[in-house]
Amino acid sequence: MNSFKKNLLKKRYNAERRFQWYGKIAIGLALSFLAVFMFQIFSKGYSAFQKTWIVTEVHYDKELLLIDAESPSKDDLENADYYDVAYKAMTSLDPGLPEEEDRQLIQMVSYKYEAEVKDLLLKNPDYLGKIVPIKLTASDDVDQVHKGNYPRDIPEENRRVNDYQLQIYDMLNERGDILLEFNISFFTSPDSREAELAGIASSFMGTVFSILVCLAFSFPVAVLAAIYLEEFAPKNKFTDFIEVNINNLAAVPSIVFGLLGLGVLLAVFNLPRSTPLVGGITLSLMTLPTIIIAARASLKAVPPSIREAALAMGASNMQTTMHHTVPLSMPGTLSGTIIGLAQALGETAPLILIGMVAFVNTIPGTPVDPAASLPVQIYIWSESAERGFVEKVSACIMVLLAFLILMNLAAQIVRHKFEKKWS
Amino acid sequence: MNLILVTFIILLAFTSYYFGRKKALVIQSSQRLTALPKFYGYYLAAWCAAPALIIFALWSVFEPSIVKTFILQDYTDQNLTKNELQLIYTKVKALAAGTYTGNITNFLDESANKYIQLKGIANSAKVAIILAILIFSLSFAYRSVQKNDRMREPVEIFLKWVLFVASLGAVLVTIGIVFSLLFEAIRFFQAVKIFDFIFGTHWYPAKTFVRDGQPDPELMKDAFGAVPLFAGTFFIAFIAMCVAIPIGLLSGIYLSEYAGRGVRKYAKPIIEILAGIPTVVYGFFAALTVGPFVKEIGNAMGLEVSAESALAAGAVMGVMIIPFISSLSDDVMTAVPQNLRDGSYAMGATKSETVKKVIFPAALPGIVGSILLAVSRAVGETMIVVMASGLAANLTMNPLESTSTITAQIVVILIGDQQFGDPKTQSAFALGISLFIVTLLLNVIALSVVKKYREKYE
Repeated sequence: MNSFKKNLLKKRYNAERRFQWYGKIAIGLALSFLAVFMFQIFSKGYSAFQKTWIVTEVHYDKELLLIDAESPSKDDLENADYYDVAYKAMTSLDPGLPEEEDRQLIQMVSYKYEAEVKDLLLKNPDYLGKIVPIKLTASDDVDQVHKGNYPRDIPEENRRVNDYQLQIYDMLNERGDILLEFNISFFTSPDSREAELAGIASSFMGTVFSILVCLAFSFPVAVLAAIYLEEFAPKNKFTDFIEVNINNLAAVPSIVFGLLGLGVLLAVFNLPRSTPLVGGITLSLMTLPTIIIAARASLKAVPPSIREAALAMGASNMQTTMHHTVPLSMPGTLSGTIIGLAQALGETAPLILIGMVAFVNTIPGTPVDPAASLPVQIYIWSESAERGFVEKVSACIMVLLAFLILMNLAAQIVRHKFEKKWS
Repeated sequence: MNLILVTFIILLAFTSYYFGRKKALVIQSSQRLTALPKFYGYYLAAWCAAPALIIFALWSVFEPSIVKTFILQDYTDQNLTKNELQLIYTKVKALAAGTYTGNITNFLDESANKYIQLKGIANSAKVAIILAILIFSLSFAYRSVQKNDRMREPVEIFLKWVLFVASLGAVLVTIGIVFSLLFEAIRFFQAVKIFDFIFGTHWYPAKTFVRDGQPDPELMKDAFGAVPLFAGTFFIAFIAMCVAIPIGLLSGIYLSEYAGRGVRKYAKPIIEILAGIPTVVYGFFAALTVGPFVKEIGNAMGLEVSAESALAAGAVMGVMIIPFISSLSDDVMTAVPQNLRDGSYAMGATKSETVKKVIFPAALPGIVGSILLAVSRAVGETMIVVMASGLAANLTMNPLESTSTITAQIVVILIGDQQFGDPKTQSAFALGISLFIVTLLLNVIALSVVKKYREKYE
């Protein structure tokens, strides 16, 4: 072989190797995007599952509480004045502080500290008149300092925690009076303007209600439509039209469905704004084509021999379909439904348009109460400037992703466990 | 009231099911049944529920507009515009509900009383009509049960109609989309010339906001030019495709041609996770991590970079779209018949040469289809742009500046409370319909390209 040919061959083999590397790099890039992404979310978010408490002592002084009765009833405790007691509990951390500077101390705990002082006494009425230790929710700034998310070396005027507060924090920390515990309130409290109090309960319930409404509207209609198109529809122009329609509907951007919800559900039908009911219906219009397509595919997968056997036994077309074909196609339909719902779960834009971005600080009890949803909550929090919300957003994303993973797993299980393999 | 009525109808339907079945068993003792006993029950239940519920639905849809015409009849002699009439009607309704806080004129008070009266008449008429229908249809159905007519066929025909109506649901949604968009968009184009909308280069709808009154038409002319938005939309989609096409296509090629079974089994679903992550999560990621990162790099290179750059939004969107291209092109290339590959190898071509010269051209239509679908996805993407690329509509081709898109503007306009009838709100629907048309076109083209390709090898 002459050297020219050898060189050419070498070149071609090099090109081959290079090409293969391009492919590997591309896949590597795609996977590393996912990895970086997950790492970012988890490293930022895990700390939101912990909550910082400041421990101090509170003296439930009867005089300061303005309680006169010898053995006060529950009502007396309920109506007592806790302002001074709570105030003293905080200012006792540094008795030497002049009175006009006391806000600096108060700002280290959440603005609901008075209620926390009250709740402790209501739970333990025998604390009255005693000096007891109490855990108070730290403000989000102190919380972030304690978790190490807040740089301490920036100049004081740019910092939300000033030097004096840091000094108190260090003193408390040394004493072991700063606690870091599992953040139950993140799961049980509704949204709040204050990062340290904000939780996902309201948006979580909103999501659950919207998904249920979405399921209730889209599943029956989609399954019935799929049965008609697959088993009964005559082959004509109109059926073709319906099919083209469904395929195109599946590709319409989600925000257009939001406009539909706004223009029809809210403006024409006057349904209540900002509620999971409207959100769920809007989402159900989006999931409709997804479920129809999945249900048709799984109806198609039922072998004709089943239908023929039923027909041969004298069943009518409707009986064949309802007693044999549809039950056999259910696993595929259900897993398609779950995947469609999982898509709907992550939708944000249509819900924003129908007003589910309103600030809701109560936990909705029915689908007609105003609510947010998890993805919208992510949007709302990520628009807030406060530093404490960054970890909340990441934590909320983790909850949402966990939800999605669970649903996809459920879809897989339904498909593999219950689907019959025809061979 | 409505709830009670519907519950009553449904309960009655259930009762008539059991009643019908029982009746069938009675008939059975004297003559031969024409169908299974449960069909007698279904027959009665269907006759009970369907007519009543249909009438109920129709009534509920038409009642408000009829009441409205009756109320507004009194105002026809005052030469009011449509918007003013609407306002009056809203006031009347609020007054009737006891939530009106403005000053009450005699005329308004009269209308409110009339409204309450009309509502009362309508309600009692509704109940009466539905009860009459229930009695009529039930007695009709019961007579044919007594006569022991054929029971299964009517029930099955009825079911078939239910199925058919359900399949119309999808069509109804499309019609709903088109009409709700068109309705508002047409009103928008009455205020703003369509020419100004399509060719205008300034998008600044907030400028037209005037308290209580009509905005200045000169301002309107200059505020609703959608060119910056179309440009921004396609620009960001272009950046996304610059990220997604190379990575997606090369991954697809590697997965279909090189990867072993094990790699393919795991890598493909893992890459597909990228498409399953909610877009709001990508938006957060773009705004918090990628945006500042791009800005830092740009500043280090001495470039002026805004924190909300088109580049950050586009790049993150590209990552989201990778799996659309990689999975679809993988499928298309795997579907290329093996003998094309064998032929190429037999001529001494290496694997990469085969991919580049044989498989890729053969799969090209499918790949183009997948890319078009991905573009339509990028054009319709909302949250990433809203969160990462700013909201000011700049007409720029600089990826380091912030731009806005159609979808982002729709969100900006409609977030919070809207006033229907305001050109700013209506402009969102005009944007919506242009978005709908663009994505529809992209999809139709993509699907027809893919379809054409499929016919070639099967």
